[in-house]
Amino acid sequence: MDASLFSSMLFATVVAGTPLIIVALGLLVNEKAGVLNLGAEGMMAMGAVAAFAVTHQSGSPWLGVLAGMGAGMAMALLFGVLTLTLMANQVASGLALAIFGVGLAAFVGKPFEAVALQAVPPIRIPFIADIPLIGEALYNQQALVYFSWALFWGLLWFLYRSRAGLVLRAVGESPASAHAIGYPVIRIRYLAVLFGGAMAGIGGAFLSVFYTPMWAEGMVAGRGWIALALVVFATWRPLRVMVGAYLFGGVMITQLFIQGSGLQIDFPSQLLSSLPYWATIVVLVAISRNAGTIRLNSPMSLGKPYRPDA
Amino acid sequence: MTGRPSPGPSIAGTPRLVLKGISKVYPTVVANDQVDLAVQPGEIRAILGENGAGKSTLMKIIYGVTRPSAGQVFWEGEEVQVENPAHARSLGIGMVFQHFSLFETLTVVENVALALPGKPALDDLARRITEVSERYGLPVDPRRHIHALSVGERQRVEIIRCLLQNPRLLIMDEPTSVLTPQAVRKLFETLRQLAAEGCSILYISHKLDEIQELCHSATVLRGGKVTGECIPAQETPASMARLMIGKDLPHCEHGAAKADGELRLRLAGLSHASEDPFGTDLKDIHLDVRAGEIVGIAGVSGNGQQELLRAISGEETLAERFPVQICGVEAGRLSPGRRRKLGLAFVPEERLGRGAVPGMSLADNALLTAAHNQHMVAGGFLRFERARDFARRCIEAFNVKCGGPGAAAKSLSGGNLQKFIVGREILQAPRLLVCAQPTWGVDVGAATFIRQSIIDLRDRGCAVLVISEELDELFEICDRIAVIAKGRLSPTHPASETTVEDIGVWMSGMWPGAESIEPRPQPGRAESLNA
Repeated sequence: MDASLFSSMLFATVVAGTPLIIVALGLLVNEKAGVLNLGAEGMMAMGAVAAFAVTHQSGSPWLGVLAGMGAGMAMALLFGVLTLTLMANQVASGLALAIFGVGLAAFVGKPFEAVALQAVPPIRIPFIADIPLIGEALYNQQALVYFSWALFWGLLWFLYRSRAGLVLRAVGESPASAHAIGYPVIRIRYLAVLFGGAMAGIGGAFLSVFYTPMWAEGMVAGRGWIALALVVFATWRPLRVMVGAYLFGGVMITQLFIQGSGLQIDFPSQLLSSLPYWATIVVLVAISRNAGTIRLNSPMSLGKPYRPDA
Repeated sequence: MTGRPSPGPSIAGTPRLVLKGISKVYPTVVANDQVDLAVQPGEIRAILGENGAGKSTLMKIIYGVTRPSAGQVFWEGEEVQVENPAHARSLGIGMVFQHFSLFETLTVVENVALALPGKPALDDLARRITEVSERYGLPVDPRRHIHALSVGERQRVEIIRCLLQNPRLLIMDEPTSVLTPQAVRKLFETLRQLAAEGCSILYISHKLDEIQELCHSATVLRGGKVTGECIPAQETPASMARLMIGKDLPHCEHGAAKADGELRLRLAGLSHASEDPFGTDLKDIHLDVRAGEIVGIAGVSGNGQQELLRAISGEETLAERFPVQICGVEAGRLSPGRRRKLGLAFVPEERLGRGAVPGMSLADNALLTAAHNQHMVAGGFLRFERARDFARRCIEAFNVKCGGPGAAAKSLSGGNLQKFIVGREILQAPRLLVCAQPTWGVDVGAATFIRQSIIDLRDRGCAVLVISEELDELFEICDRIAVIAKGRLSPTHPASETTVEDIGVWMSGMWPGAESIEPRPQPGRAESLNA
């Protein structure tokens, strides 16, 4: 493999993994508070269409990202009202949100199909982008790629170094105990759900404004679901989420490359296209089998409604 | 136990806490009715009462977890409305819960940090935890995760968490229910030291001997009302029991066991790795239970009781057949249903969820374990009439207060449901009964009734194995007693030749002949260690 091919594949891998990282880290916070929101696909779709529409009208991709974030949060708020205030079942509400979001996005997005946006130029970080082999691939990237890295480091600090993160983990493990010591469980869960929605919206915006950049029905293509799976199979640990997301991106790009290269291989292309999905899960399951660490990192109250008694 | 209450409170001056006419009304029940209470600085006051007497509700009101329906709270002479637990802590009220409010996946220092105001640095906090733990004799390592701690250590963490906030009133909700007798004594020393420094303590319990040993004064609750106040040192257990339950303490009739009954349960070198990563592995357990005797297993919870019960009941099957032998059949790989057909009956520890399905009627719950034994199935069809009849018999024979066989299991109070479950198993006339915590959370009257039923069953020739954390209970009904510690089982000893003190020592894994458990120095116990 020559250097320029390696560099361009690395570049494409990072780009493909970025929306997964943003969405999955948001869901991780969401789930660490004990709330399971299966509506990620719907929130991403709404984020994507809102971001595309606003970028198209205003010409500013940054306003678009903000709009995508807002759309994701609005969807998450709906979910929060259903499950945290009205105590509806989280799984059923999440599934409904996913279906509703994808459908609504297709409806709202009809006028924007077959419209193209101008590609947003990458941001080149001086000096380190000149590192041979990896510099161009890693440091001449879209702003949201840098954002995903900042999000990762910020989240590590937040979850394991800050008091707010400690409270969040406590709420996810035992809401009854957290309430007994005097923490506002429902408010904390609302904040976590809104954060999850915001990140899902930004992830969707990345797809429609930076990645493709266009809007088509069904363009989220199951990334919301794979992000949900990533969080579980990464046993709620940020570093493994990163590994899983880039693995997914890497396998995705590699199989695309193989399919596009015209190499004569005796392998059905449909199976090849499914490779990233199951390869990621197989690897994450294999590296996260230790029952003790799963128990230590998984939020015990995940998916269980909690109503503080008066 | 020979300790006597420490010097006592200063009676002059403002009481630390006064409750006037506190009532708490829930939709179906009045938990507290016009309760008055006063605590002086440095006073250890017992709140005495049976389960359901309203003790815990009253403490939750003081700690701000729930709000009273009526009444006033005065803190150091001024009327306050305790809004929430954080407010209570800022006033100087600390509480140690009966069911711990600790987070298992967090470390000790993280758990403590969550309960403290402000944002203490974890390193500083760890140092303060060590200081307090040394000062009050509560050794604990601040860096360990809660799930790796024993129940006694967890309680220390709860107490330290309270002490770090310099409380002027400490509420202890049934603190000794999970402790060994030796740990209880250490706890009492700590509490006396605190009281001597001026801290007031509200001590909730239904154990009369503890209250006599520790408390300066007592308020007795029954049915949500104050039925009396007393100085425990001037009372007898019988007189306090009369205040608490309104009549004399009932006693069990317990004759001698028949010797040389038929072998009904044999555990032959049972070893099993727990499926729960934080569970306890069973190591080489040997035990025989014969017809006509009751064998008790004592131990602090979390030492392998759960795993042992699952291995015997068949909830977890083993790799080999021989380690569990039921009525002469090697049953290690049989399912729970097959084991029941051999004559096993089983009362699990959790009433709701394992002993009974909460949402199903009592008749349906009867069907679940008695279907085969009571011929409730014919040609693949259920015979509901038989199930209802059987449930009705359980209800009548065991005096279960409920709305009949059609009542949902979850609508019964804990004590009544336990009577129903025990009745359901006993009326099937089992050859072997395995019982976990038969009277846990059951009031004194019902507990005596259940114990007597178990003894009567033994006298009819059944073999009984009882696993319990209540030592008094084991001594009351058992013929032989063994202790489980860290997944190992001690040899059994005749209950009449054993003392509570011995069992307490064995609970820490140091029984005569115990191997591979490092001895810890215990003053006054050197002989038995070297024996």
